[in-house]
Amino acid sequence: MPADMTAELAPAHATLRGVTRVYDTKPPLHALGPIDLDLARGEFFSVVGPSGCGKSTLLDVLAGLSAPTAGTATFEGNVVAGRVPDGVGVVFQEDASFPWLSVSDNVAFGLRRAGVAAAEVARRVDYSVGFMGLKDFAASYPAQLSGGMRQRVCIARTLVQQPRLILLDEPFGALDQQTRLLMGDELLRLWRETGATVLLITHALDEAAMLSDRVGVMSARPGRFIDLVQTGWARERDSRVVSDPHFGELTARLWSSLRAESMKAIGRPE
Amino acid sequence: MTRRAAIAWTRVAVVVGAVLLLEVLCRTAVINPLTVIPPSAMVVALWEMLLSGDITGDIAQTFSTVLAAFIASVVVGFGIGALVHALPRVRRAIDPLLASYYAVPFFVFYPLLVALFGLNTLPLVAIGFISATPAMMIATLIGLDRVPPVLRKVARIQRLGRVRTVLSVTLPSALPHLFSGLKLALAYAFIGVIAGEFILSGGGLGYAIAYAYESFENRTMYGLMLFVLLTATVTNGVLAAWEAHIAARRRRA
Repeated sequence: MPADMTAELAPAHATLRGVTRVYDTKPPLHALGPIDLDLARGEFFSVVGPSGCGKSTLLDVLAGLSAPTAGTATFEGNVVAGRVPDGVGVVFQEDASFPWLSVSDNVAFGLRRAGVAAAEVARRVDYSVGFMGLKDFAASYPAQLSGGMRQRVCIARTLVQQPRLILLDEPFGALDQQTRLLMGDELLRLWRETGATVLLITHALDEAAMLSDRVGVMSARPGRFIDLVQTGWARERDSRVVSDPHFGELTARLWSSLRAESMKAIGRPE
Repeated sequence: MTRRAAIAWTRVAVVVGAVLLLEVLCRTAVINPLTVIPPSAMVVALWEMLLSGDITGDIAQTFSTVLAAFIASVVVGFGIGALVHALPRVRRAIDPLLASYYAVPFFVFYPLLVALFGLNTLPLVAIGFISATPAMMIATLIGLDRVPPVLRKVARIQRLGRVRTVLSVTLPSALPHLFSGLKLALAYAFIGVIAGEFILSGGGLGYAIAYAYESFENRTMYGLMLFVLLTATVTNGVLAAWEAHIAARRRRA
């Protein structure tokens, strides 16, 4: 493991220590790890890696959706043991909006079930819907929206709960390039506004280079971190960094770290 | 005119055209009026029977029997469907049986049901129940299969308990398929009960139609047949409209 796999920016908000995930198949599938990682509070961290390297498994472990076979994941000092901790929000790649609920009801879903007072629900939903540019569509149903707008609904549903750790599993994977860039801007704005720690799983190197403070590059399965890249971007940034010469250097470095692993993943090791 | 409106009007025109054609063929004796009476005479006969109250008891008996069979089949079909969905091994074992279920002429069990329950409405409820339950069960299995796994993940992220997940996510997500199950269960319960009343019963619409047939009371028979037809059509139409309303919200633009 390279020496700087953990962040220098202590204290860690979320950690992975020796996290390993082996699926109980025949034969057993060693999907992930062992992995060590420290996420600093308020950091924007992205994970890139070849297909099937365990990126989503890593997210599932940190979210408490899946328990690690070995090792420990913690959030705010508490062990995450296969149970979703308070303060964690997740946005998935697939359309996870509830088709039977309007946009505002989708966004209010978690708050209502948590027993938050109606006036507070209305206030927070109004803010989140407005923040994600969905005010004119609050009464619409997901079926009436584009793919990008449905993903905004899911982000608003996460945002409304004021999570301190936001996990995003390839949230823009199904969107076109232009929409992805714009959604990236929205995400950066949300990150700055909330001060949340963000972990983004993505297969897009440019997305990782544009959005992140740090990018972790994973090996082919079983996924381990093989490189960690500090982007050096200022906190106030947006998609216009793609025209910065440094952006090209970052994506080139990410690809040079990733290429051999991607070749392994498709069965053509160099 | 929209495409959907055009289709709807075409459908109405076909039905009205067929009824008018039958009216003309009967009135001109191309079809022997002793065999089939004109549709207008069927309407008059039905109207008179409804006003006289002669068939009120039969209607009440059939409807209450269908309702009992329908409710029982929905509750049991949904319950077994959900249970089987949670037990993949059991499902693998019974899937072929479910697939071939409607190939079995279950009316052959009617004498057995009479022997078990006696000569009352229970065998009819049982026939309706046996007809309708697998439809609800299959719809439940399909509905639960089609709940996107990501929605269950969202429920976990929202830290919903098992019951709340079922009530707030699983059931609403499966609703269109469950609704199809309700629609089919009602249709099968109706068919099963009416057919059962034909075979061996002392009352109900099926019995009344069979009795009128055996007594050569054509007006009564066709009036009752029209009533059954209208009831089935209206019920199905209402449920179909409701189903379309649910589906429209979910249909991608």
